[in-house]
Amino acid sequence: MNRLSKLFTAKDKNLLNVYFTAGYPELDSTETIIRSLAESGADLIEVGVPYSDPMADGETIQNSSMQALKNGMTLDILFQQLTSAREHTEVPMVMMGYFNQVMQYGPERFCKAAHEAGVDGLILPDLPVYEYETEFKAIAEKYDLQVTFLITPQTSSERINKIGALSTGFIYVVSSSSITGKSGGITEEQKAYFARIASLNLPQPRLIGFGISDAKSFRTACEYANGAIIGSAFIRALAGEHDVAAATAAFVGRILGPVE
Amino acid sequence: MSKNIHTEIDDRGYYGRFGGAFIPEMLHPNVEELRTKYLGMIAEPDFKKEFDALLKDYVGRPSPLYFAKRMSEHYGTNIYLKREDLNHTGAHKINNTIGQILVAQRLGKKRIIAETGAGQHGVATATVCALVGLECIVYMGEIDIARQAPNVARMRMLGAEVRPALSGSKTLKDATNEAIRDWINNPEDTHYIIGSVVGPHPYPDMVARFQSVISEEMKWQLQEHTGRDYPDAIVACVGGGSNAAGAFYHYLNDQRVRLVAVEAAGMGVDTGESAATSVLGTEGIIHGSRTLLMQTEDGQVIEPYSISAGLDYPGIGPLHAFLIDSKRAEAIAVTDEDALAAALFTARTEGIIPALETAHAFAALDQMKYGKDDVVVVCLSGRGDKDLAAFTTYLDGL
Repeated sequence: MNRLSKLFTAKDKNLLNVYFTAGYPELDSTETIIRSLAESGADLIEVGVPYSDPMADGETIQNSSMQALKNGMTLDILFQQLTSAREHTEVPMVMMGYFNQVMQYGPERFCKAAHEAGVDGLILPDLPVYEYETEFKAIAEKYDLQVTFLITPQTSSERINKIGALSTGFIYVVSSSSITGKSGGITEEQKAYFARIASLNLPQPRLIGFGISDAKSFRTACEYANGAIIGSAFIRALAGEHDVAAATAAFVGRILGPVE
Repeated sequence: MSKNIHTEIDDRGYYGRFGGAFIPEMLHPNVEELRTKYLGMIAEPDFKKEFDALLKDYVGRPSPLYFAKRMSEHYGTNIYLKREDLNHTGAHKINNTIGQILVAQRLGKKRIIAETGAGQHGVATATVCALVGLECIVYMGEIDIARQAPNVARMRMLGAEVRPALSGSKTLKDATNEAIRDWINNPEDTHYIIGSVVGPHPYPDMVARFQSVISEEMKWQLQEHTGRDYPDAIVACVGGGSNAAGAFYHYLNDQRVRLVAVEAAGMGVDTGESAATSVLGTEGIIHGSRTLLMQTEDGQVIEPYSISAGLDYPGIGPLHAFLIDSKRAEAIAVTDEDALAAALFTARTEGIIPALETAHAFAALDQMKYGKDDVVVVCLSGRGDKDLAAFTTYLDGL
């Protein structure tokens, strides 16, 4: 059974998904971060595949991606690192990248390598629905990879239902109209949007991401969905830290700890 | 060679296997609105009337088709120059920005964003925003801000805010990324005026249609000059490829016409300092469309290089990828050095100082063969006032 399915069966509230950029701060930080995230209480992990031109990402993830590429990260290295991390943990892992990376590696080769490395799902924000249906869905299913789509405050209910019908993984509820990396609390308007999505009774679990940065915003998001995703705030917490494992554990501790 | 090729896009925006709309969900509502409305909108009599009137009275169209006598003698053929440099603001870019500002108004948008390389599209966008009274923000690579200072000053004079793109190579590619991110952050009130035949569907087709006035005029102008409405060859420079798309548009299916797309070789195609996408590129996705682009095996975009800020781009519009892949168009690569020499030659042979981008098209004439009765049109896409600093450095080094 896919580890994501197993997780969602066992737990449907307060799911913590933490994103990190693979190869940042050091090329070999990947395994350390995955193990530390899993041990300190993250329910699932989003492995950011660094990309030169991440158009949906803000400065934090752009910079960590650039650093990771400078450190020498490649897909082959990443798959080796994930394979090695998988020997120590059963935490569900999802890769997040851009479709060009999959296309250049070869969709079949990419999915096979991801599956063999113990990856459970994919998030490819610029993969269009049509191309997914006609070219990619069968391959992802063959290698037991659940594919997650994004919805935003501007996504129509009709399209949300369509995306709900197509997504094999969780639904990524983008909290506001923005690129990644903004923080500053959840507004009433956003709460109304989260409530509207919740009322649609989508078949998949929903995780809220973008702008979730601390214990307070994580708790609030969890009131309206099955959990939430934290990315840029974690990357910022790693900046300049020499003990990556300790910094990771401390960060997760702050998110899951009391609201300040 | 008489069979027609399919140069129309399909309903998902593909020319053959190039094009499409590879965009994150955050952009979907805006791009979808454009996709479903643009064809109907630009076909409306009111739109056409306003567009045509502005092109005539404000831009100064039709732009002349000029027989370049001394240059023709030099090459032993008949060279005509399509004078887009004489348009208001000094380049072909204004044809597209006039069209898109009318689209933005009809969509009820209040804020305009754009990317720019050489600054010509930025100036053309700032100009139309001033014309209709809309806020204008132009993203420009930090390196391009330095090397195209006159255009930065013009944009500021016109009331636009020029925001430096500080990521990546700090050139056109990165300015485009920043503009896309701005649009994601401002989905309700903002229209993104893309300056070339790049980006997600429907942009490549929409921009090509607005630029197609170039070849529409060429047809009757050639008829007047030569007694027939087509040339033997059309030569145009290609960064993203909007002036080339406009100059080729009405001849795409006319196999009598050679289509020559001129790319920037930078220091040389094999030097690692180049922007010759058709040679160095492979199929992939950049700025929302599937096309040819310069990238690593892992799909990381390679930072290009050209002395010309307008050609310093690692991709190429999907129409051009299709034309080159299907052998309908041929690509010629021209180095910085040859482009500079061609700019000087054009200035001293015809009394016209071309933009550095356009100078690449002139330099390509050296790499072509002609019959003495051939008719060759060079799309003179822009004027060189903005490049005087580079030209002065070149002259001082001679």
